[in-house]
This record gives sequence, C-alpha cells and structure tokens, in this order.
Amino acid sequence: MGILGFPSKADHGFRTPDGGVIHGIMAEFPSSADVYHAAEKVRDAGFQKWDVFASFPIHGIDEAMGMKRTKLPLIVAGGAITGISAALAMQYWMTAVDYALVVQGKPYDAWEPFVPITFELGVLFSAFACLIGMLALNGLPRWNHPLLKNERFLRVSDDKFVIVIEAADSKFQGSDTVAMLEEIGATHVELVEE
Amino acid sequence: MSQLPPDQRTSDRLAGRAPEASGFSPEPGTGDGSLTEDPSYRAPLVLNNRSVHEITEIVCGYAEKAPGRWWLPLFGLSASIAGLGQLMILYLIITGVGVWGLTNQVDWAWDITNFVFWIGIGHAGTLISAILCLFKQQWRTAVNRSAEAMTIFAVICAGIFPGIHVGRAWMAWFLAPAPNSNWIWPNFRSPLLWDVFAVSTYATVSLLFWFMGMIPDLATLRDRADLRLLKDPHQPRLPFTPFKPDTLRSFFYGLASLGWRNSSRHWMRYEKAYILLAGLSTPLVLSVHSIVSFDFATSILPGWHTTIFPPYFVAGAVFGGFAMVLFLLIPARELFPNMKDLLTLRHLENMSKILLLTGMLVGFAYAMEFFIAWYGGNDFEYSVFAFNRALPTWMHEDGAPYWWAYWTMIGCNVLSPQLFWVKALRRNPIVIWIVALAVTIGMWFERFVIIVTSLHRAFIPGEWHMFYPTWVDILTFVGSCGIFMTLFLLFLRFLPIFPIAEIKAILPEADPHGHGHGHDHDQAHGPGSGGAGHGTDASDTAAPGTEGEGH
Repeated sequence: MGILGFPSKADHGFRTPDGGVIHGIMAEFPSSADVYHAAEKVRDAGFQKWDVFASFPIHGIDEAMGMKRTKLPLIVAGGAITGISAALAMQYWMTAVDYALVVQGKPYDAWEPFVPITFELGVLFSAFACLIGMLALNGLPRWNHPLLKNERFLRVSDDKFVIVIEAADSKFQGSDTVAMLEEIGATHVELVEE
Repeated sequence: MSQLPPDQRTSDRLAGRAPEASGFSPEPGTGDGSLTEDPSYRAPLVLNNRSVHEITEIVCGYAEKAPGRWWLPLFGLSASIAGLGQLMILYLIITGVGVWGLTNQVDWAWDITNFVFWIGIGHAGTLISAILCLFKQQWRTAVNRSAEAMTIFAVICAGIFPGIHVGRAWMAWFLAPAPNSNWIWPNFRSPLLWDVFAVSTYATVSLLFWFMGMIPDLATLRDRADLRLLKDPHQPRLPFTPFKPDTLRSFFYGLASLGWRNSSRHWMRYEKAYILLAGLSTPLVLSVHSIVSFDFATSILPGWHTTIFPPYFVAGAVFGGFAMVLFLLIPARELFPNMKDLLTLRHLENMSKILLLTGMLVGFAYAMEFFIAWYGGNDFEYSVFAFNRALPTWMHEDGAPYWWAYWTMIGCNVLSPQLFWVKALRRNPIVIWIVALAVTIGMWFERFVIIVTSLHRAFIPGEWHMFYPTWVDILTFVGSCGIFMTLFLLFLRFLPIFPIAEIKAILPEADPHGHGHGHDHDQAHGPGSGGAGHGTDASDTAAPGTEGEGH
C-alpha cells in the first residue's frame, strides 16, 4: 500500500509472461460453505496477505480467516470523549466565561442545562468517528483497485465467492499457490495483474 | 427438474415468461406463505426460494430498468407540488409571517405542527434500523433502507419550518451557536437551542447511517454497470448527451461506493461499525423527540407543561413513522415487480402489531394527560383539557371550538389501530393502508391539538382568539408533502431500495454452516423440489431451504 492508498508498484518479482506485475491469484469457489472451509486451509497454511471476497459478510469468516479484533470501538470512544469535551467546553465558555448573562436567575456555570447538547454532540462526533474510522481502517475511499479491473471479480458483488492471495505475501509461490488453491476446491483460478 | 441454467430461469421470471411462483406453493391459510403459525418452522423472510443472484437482479433491476408508467406522472405531480411549496416559502420570506394565519395569541400554529409532524415521521427509519438491528430482528431487512430514506426526507421537510417561521429568515443564523452583533451568545438554557442541536445531529447521523448501509449495494450497482460496459462497449448514448447510461452509473455509483470491493476484512470492520452506529442511534432517536417535546414541556403553558411529554412524543413518533412506512410501501409493493417476495405479508403484519402497540401507548398518554389534569387539581390545566380540547360546543356553551380536531385525533390514533386485534384485518394490505393513512392524519391533528388548542385561549377570556389557516398555510404544508414525495420517488428510481447485502446474508443459501452445502443449492430452489419441501416437509427442519438435501 503506497501513499494515500494508491498502490505502489510491487517489488516481489512475480511477473506475467508479458512482463506485467502480478497482484495476486484469484480463486473462485462455488458456495459460501466451500469458501469458508477453503479460508480455514489458507489460514492454516500461514498466509498473511490474502482475503475472502463475498457479496455479504459470511457468518464466522473472521474466525475462519484468523482475523484479529478491530480497533474501531476505541476510535469511536475517542470520538465520544472529544464530542462530550467539546460540548461542555463550548457551553461553559460561552455561558459562564466569555459573556456571562443572568438567565432565569440560575448560576452561570450550572451544568444541568448543558446535558442535552453534550449528549447530542457526543453522539455526533462518535458517529463521524465510526464511519471515518471504519473507512480509514479499510484503506477506503480509493479510486480503483487491481481487482476491480478483473471481469470475473466484478461478479463477486452478485453471487460469486473468491479468495485472493497477494503476490506480496512472503509465502506466495506462483504455481505452487495455484495448485494449493485448486486442491482446496477452487473451481476457477486466474492471475490478477496490478 | 428443469434443465434450464439458473440464470436463464431468472431472466425468464423477470421478463414474465416464466411463472412467478415456480417451485413454490404456499400452504393454505398462510397467505403468501409467510404467515405460518407452525412454531417449529421459521417463516421465510424471502419468498419464492430466491437465490443470491436473484436478489441482486431484483433489487438492482429497480434502479437500472425504466420504472413502470406510473413513475413519471407521479414524479411530475410531486415535483409540481414541491415547486408550489417553494413558491409559498418565497412568498412568505419576501412578505412576512403575516401571510400565515398567526395572531398575537396563536403565534405557533401550522408551522410548528408541520415541524413536529415531519420530525416524528422521521423517527421510524432509524428506529427500524437501529433498535431492530440491536435486537437482531432479521425482518427489518425488508423495510430498513426505504424507512431510512424516508427519515432523511422527513427531516429535510421538518427542517424547513423552524427556518422559515422565524419571520426574518435571513436571521435564521441566530439558531447557530454564534454571537450576535452585541457579542451575546445564544441561550444554552433554552430547549429551542437544544432542539437545533438535536435535530441537526439526528439529520446528520441518520444520513451517515443510511449512506454507510448503502455503500456495498452501490458497489454492486457499480460492478454491474462496469460488467455491462465490458460486455457491450458500443452501448447507445443517452439522448442529447455524450454519455452512455452505464458510464454515468459506473461513475456516480463508483464515486458513492468509495471503492468498496466486498473484502471480508472490510466486512468485519463494516459490521462492527454498523452495530456501533446502531447502538449510538438508539438513544439518539429517543433523545430527539424528547428534546422536541421539551420545547413545549419546559414552558408554563397549561396543556404543554406536563412531564409525560417526552415518552409520549417518542411513542407518537414511532407510531406516525411506522404508519408512513406502511403508507408508502404497500403501494410500492404492488407497483414494483417481485417486491412481494422481499416484503411479505408477515412483514406488514409485524408492522401492524407495532402500530397497535404504539397506538395504545399514545392512547394511554392521552388518558393520562386527562387524569393528571383532573387529579393535579390545577383549574387552568383542567380547563384546557376539558373545555379547550374535548368537550364539543354542542354539549356545553363553553365547549371547545376545536373539539372536532381532538376527536379526529382520538378516532384516527386510538380507535383505528384497534382493528388490528383481528388477525384477518392486520394481514390485509388494503386495511393496513387505510389505517396507516388514518394514523398519519391523526398524528398531524395530534400536534395541531397540542399546539393550537393550548395557545388559543390564554388565562383571560379577553385573550381568546381562534386560529384560521390562510391559503399560504395550507399550500406550504401541501408543498412540504410534495418535497417529501419527490425525494422519495427519486430514491425509488435511482438507489438500492432494499439492503441487498443484508438480505443475501439472511438467505439459507448464505449460511456456511447449514446443511445445504453448496453443491445442492441449485436443487433447493429449482422448480418442484423446493415447493414440496417448504410447507410440508419443513416442519422437521430448523431452517427453510435446507430440505433440498433430504430429497
């Protein structure tokens, strides 16, 4: 992954016969159950830079792929704390510091009327942190991706199930990896260029 | 067993060359097959044994193919009404609020009634998405996308009214936390300012939630457009433009889908983000209408100054929102091909039950207001309820001139949903649609009753004035309905109106752990085999669609 999410030209040395840089190997599987079991085998083979592609989140695939838990909740908590602090600071400063004004004879710094706006801004900042954090952790948004140039890959968003092992993975071994994918049940295997 | 490949069968079905219900014969007495009473068998969420591919075809088809002949006339009508509403707003701004029927006594009337009406309708979308998501109610997938869209559009309509009711619209920036020309800040002790934050937060978070849910579906539309461009590079261009339709789709859906490529590593974070956003939105929904109710409840006006307002407003918002969802989706279900497979009678029945429940919550609140007005021993409060709202003028000489508005509200909101105690009625789309219409009308009258009947008679009889709407009042409200319908029709035409990915995830075929292991899934939704299983054999299996293995 290069600067700003644009892919850098890989230097792993795997090339197509025409000299194009290989992004990885794409293998199709006939069903969610097949791709699930294949994912367990790819995980056990020790690959790191690989992924399962399906048009919906397959139940339990995170375990089958050996994914770690996401840091997203921490980012959202950061958003919540920021929103709450900003709301309290804003209301306190405007009401009790910058231009203190007697309203309804209440103390300038009474916290009770600040509760609704504090809650709302806490939710607002958390929601932004949630969406932006999710996209950032996923390396999105991006304009394009080598896989999105592949005609067969575009059918994933319909009903295909695909495993892609990237050439940048240290265990990637060209034809051996193709053979492994065919052995674990791939119905179609092809190279994807960068 | 048909020898046709599944894709051929789908295209035949979609083109109307093959019968719709191929391979599917619902048990008698279960309506479309979703109204099963058998507790050992989970009612199907998607009918007709639709495959993953068929779900894509059906839902993307709504956005890709020309809609029926009904769309353009309806859109033209809505857009004209919306334009009329905008002319009314322009007229109001260049002339002043005197063009409305407001008086010194009734200084809030249709404007704030419309605001609370629309913001209330805007609650069902996020409620369906967030609360039903947290409770893992899978039936939400049939309605959540369109309900969320409805939320956004209703909040847009709601936002118009506080903006224009300030009289001098160019002073609307006073709503923002910015100092005025004397460097005085807005009053943070005022619920009206809380309301600004609550409504704008709600609009923003609902938009984020709606958009995030659509990212994978927009990517599906993008991929389909790209595939068609690859298959046929010489597509005809759109008339009078240099663009092919699929080039435009590829660009705009591609831009909006942010480069989503259905990676499972992405899905994992996406699902976490979705559940977090649902968890954030749930208290938000409850807070927004509570804060709207504070606009009234924190005043000392009899009829407004009650502690029951926050929960009562929230229940009313859910009630009105679900009514609007049903009001819009029951006709859509008839107009769009195959939509009945995704939005079943059971979905409608579930929403009818929610209408019945929230209708009774609202009815309880109406009764409790009266009880407290009497039990609280406050003469003024008692008078508001008895003599300004409920007692007809033909029963008492000091009776309420707005009694008809009050009893319209009771009839529509409390009595009409009681029909849903009868099973046959809550399963009949026409009855549900009529009740939903009644509830929508009743909820508008509820806000009118709360606002106008409390204001029109102050403490001294010399301050008693009636409110009469002017033609500008009426056309502004009608115009806001036009804005809402215009936006909703554009949504139906151009965006994925069902959450494609979520519906796929609840199909039996999608479960990697089920009995229906991949290789025989074609058989499971082939003609003949699935139909036999669904109603009869299925009672001894846990999930529908898995019985293909037994044959």
